[in-house]
Amino acid sequence: MTIVYEKSKGLTDTPFHYCPGCTHGVIHKLVAESLVELGVLDDAIGVAPVGCSVLAYNYFNCDMQEAAHGRAPAVATGIKRVHPDKVVFSYQGDGDLASIGTAEIVHAAHRGEKITTIFVNNAIYGMTGGQMAPTTLVGQKTTTSPFGRDENHCGKPIRIAEMLATIDGAKFVERVTVDTPANIRKAKKAIKRAFECQIKGEGFAIVEVLSTCPTNWGFTPLKALEWLRDNMIPYYPIGNFRDFGEGK
Amino acid sequence: MSKVLMKGNEAVGAAAIKAGCKCFFGYPITPSSEIPEYISRKLPEAGGVFLQAESEIAAINMVYGAGGAGARCMTASSSPGISLKQEGITYAAGAEIPCVIVNMMRGGPGLGSIQPSQADYYQSTRGGGNGDYRTLCYAPSSIQELVDYVMLAFDKADYYRNPVLIAADGMIGQIMEAVEFKEPEPIELPPKDWATTGTGGKRKPNVVNSLYLQAEELQEHNKRLEKKYKIMEENEVRYEAFGLEDAEVVCVAYGTTSRIVKSAIKQAQAKGIKVGMIRPITIWPYPYDVFKEIGPNAKGILGVEMSTGQLLDDIKIGIAGRLPVYFNGTQGGMVPTPGSILADIEKIAGGTK
Repeated sequence: MTIVYEKSKGLTDTPFHYCPGCTHGVIHKLVAESLVELGVLDDAIGVAPVGCSVLAYNYFNCDMQEAAHGRAPAVATGIKRVHPDKVVFSYQGDGDLASIGTAEIVHAAHRGEKITTIFVNNAIYGMTGGQMAPTTLVGQKTTTSPFGRDENHCGKPIRIAEMLATIDGAKFVERVTVDTPANIRKAKKAIKRAFECQIKGEGFAIVEVLSTCPTNWGFTPLKALEWLRDNMIPYYPIGNFRDFGEGK
Repeated sequence: MSKVLMKGNEAVGAAAIKAGCKCFFGYPITPSSEIPEYISRKLPEAGGVFLQAESEIAAINMVYGAGGAGARCMTASSSPGISLKQEGITYAAGAEIPCVIVNMMRGGPGLGSIQPSQADYYQSTRGGGNGDYRTLCYAPSSIQELVDYVMLAFDKADYYRNPVLIAADGMIGQIMEAVEFKEPEPIELPPKDWATTGTGGKRKPNVVNSLYLQAEELQEHNKRLEKKYKIMEENEVRYEAFGLEDAEVVCVAYGTTSRIVKSAIKQAQAKGIKVGMIRPITIWPYPYDVFKEIGPNAKGILGVEMSTGQLLDDIKIGIAGRLPVYFNGTQGGMVPTPGSILADIEKIAGGTK
């Protein structure tokens, strides 16, 4: 019998708790596969955030630390400074990274901290029940923007990849999405490159992954992917903003 | 080893390096900035890492990461900065990460002042962060004690897998005194086989975490922590006490204030008043039991602190209603004078004899 597909060794056997149709599972898989393919799983130390992926420490098959809300880049910094030869990554959502943890992510990038951040942007607070995030689109209804996000009241959504790409220490910045098999392949390539950036000692690397939240958006999984394509990608353009190899 | 003259804050840095501290993460604040300044010069030579964080919050979370990764690590600040660190301290307590946190207390609340204070007593002894946790807390009264207890703090942090605080006041940070760096008594420390060092493919992943979503599991974790804190209460209480048996008045003070109280006691003794003293060196766990040694001649207890009287709660627990408790204190960076303490001692004793 030929095995054509198996679960990555970078993941444990613990079943995911994620809602049906949520793309966290796909993103976890890509991170795990990247670590295995680069041969660094046994040297990897991950930092889990607060939010939907708070239990990421149960899923990645490597040493993990659970951070306070938004502080994962600081925790990862502490780990990396103790073990400069290990591969350290943070996995964070948009409430965690783009709201309460903006100082930590900006300064990790600013120091050129040799860590890799996987930033999952689904334009909402999922874990706490669908509240407005800094990344929530204008007009998008959430439990704390019940009439739709009003830009005059709380501003326009923040574009993290573009912002971090202005910082010298950020050596790899790319925004990807996981709405189609083709885009999943591109996302994997970016995630691997972000880990390579760290392994080569280039500096800080981040991949922003546009993700869905069918539960809190109130859509079926398929409709959620459509909504992401129709609404998120126009505001959050996919693409590379910085690559250490291209002198960008 | 011979004695060297050192400023308190610099002595903290020297003691930490001597104790094998490998990482320091901090943020400047008066009156403790000489700690990161000293360490930024000296720790790299010793093979360690100094990193100035973007905030106190980031600094303590870097400590959380580094401590969780198995390194001896430290942060230091003064009162408003220590408030910001409370989040990281409760996470470190919950995840049982060893680390040392130094507070050179200044006046509060809020931005307060930059002068010495002891008004973070509640925060230091009751836990400033959320949840059921305790931190061993040393309150040194000289630069020598500061050095001794900073060094000991690293061992105790590793031994108990717990954050350890040094609660000194700005005066201790700023004055210079002669100190000797003595090796602490060697203690057997458990291996850090729980730390995140990378599995190396040789073991199952380690997880450093304070989240327990099942109520039963968190309760079990809380009970296990409580047991550890009880062991600390049994084994880690430190204090200095004298003259309790025949004292008419007993003074209670720690840190800088205890030194002023000692001057006042000498003056009172010269006037024929019998004065005893209890000086807690650990303010948590607290030396409650020593209050039982106070003899029948005592008329009252005088607590002295640079605060509005935060230490009184522990004195009242210790004396358990046996004697009236009085307070002499200064706030805002003012320091009590021996004269005012003497006057209170005389009042409690019932006048000069």
